[in-house]
Amino acid sequence: MKTFTFEVLVTLKDGLSDPQGKAVESALPSLGWTNVHHVRVGKHIKLDVDAEDETTALEQVRGMAVRLLSNPVIEDYQVLEVSPK
Amino acid sequence: MTGAVPRVGVVTFPGSLDDGDALRAIEQMGGHAVSLWHGERDLRAVDAVILPGGFSYGDYLRCGAIARFAPVMEPVMAFAERGGPVLGICNGFQVLCEAELLPGAMIRNRSLRFVCRDVWLRVETAQSCITDGLTPGETIEIPIKHGEGQWIATPEQLADVERDMLVVFRYASRTGIVDEAQNPNGAVNNVAGIRNAAGNVVGLMPHPEHAVDPDVGPTGGQPLFASLLHMAMAGVTG
Repeated sequence: MKTFTFEVLVTLKDGLSDPQGKAVESALPSLGWTNVHHVRVGKHIKLDVDAEDETTALEQVRGMAVRLLSNPVIEDYQVLEVSPK
Repeated sequence: MTGAVPRVGVVTFPGSLDDGDALRAIEQMGGHAVSLWHGERDLRAVDAVILPGGFSYGDYLRCGAIARFAPVMEPVMAFAERGGPVLGICNGFQVLCEAELLPGAMIRNRSLRFVCRDVWLRVETAQSCITDGLTPGETIEIPIKHGEGQWIATPEQLADVERDMLVVFRYASRTGIVDEAQNPNGAVNNVAGIRNAAGNVVGLMPHPEHAVDPDVGPTGGQPLFASLLHMAMAGVTG
């Protein structure tokens, strides 16, 4: 049994209004960054999974992402990194 | 249902806030209020279930996302599938969406501000467990208090919701005008509450349990509880 570290990125679907992203975007120009567009705020979830191999662990993380970590109605997810410990 | 007084259960999750007011509203409207616990798979033979407002499990991850998997939700979902009346208020609405008993989802208010005030709702259908006896087009006054109440749905879901007339309430003026000026959170099509196809499952962001006692504010919640009690008398038992 090995331990694998994953990072799951959850973001609101493209095209959905992102009030947090808009708030950040409207704050940036006051700090001098007037060249920023399309700010999206999401969630970053890091987790360690014990499994026999990477494929099994990845499959489980995808299951978690669909079932609990994201809501497919409003969010997309991405499994960002895999690294054995 | 055997007696004359329907038993209405209110689930308490860790972080529920409005379970007490919901229990009180049921009793004030003539029902028998029954406390239900999130960790138990037992509905204690109730005739209707309310998932109350609050911040279940701290609203961590997403509002309602973790509560949706609480042990009590197994019998609640089975009860809903058998046609039992299930009402989700505010956080309870979010739980019902997460459980896919109702379509769509809630995101943060368009204004990014927590909104707490009385609003007017236009009744869109009498075919629901909380609008039985009401007339489409009539308006009622009920408070809202939420930070993440902007109901949205996929284009397909929204088309189905409107085609099947699943919208129960829309944010409106006192006279029933539905427009952007009356929309407190940016919800698509001013949706404040929806039902399932059968009408036994309803979720809404406004709080009818805070609008029952005339001593403390508007009384727009009274007809909704009267409807729920009436439907509980006729329905199945959990």
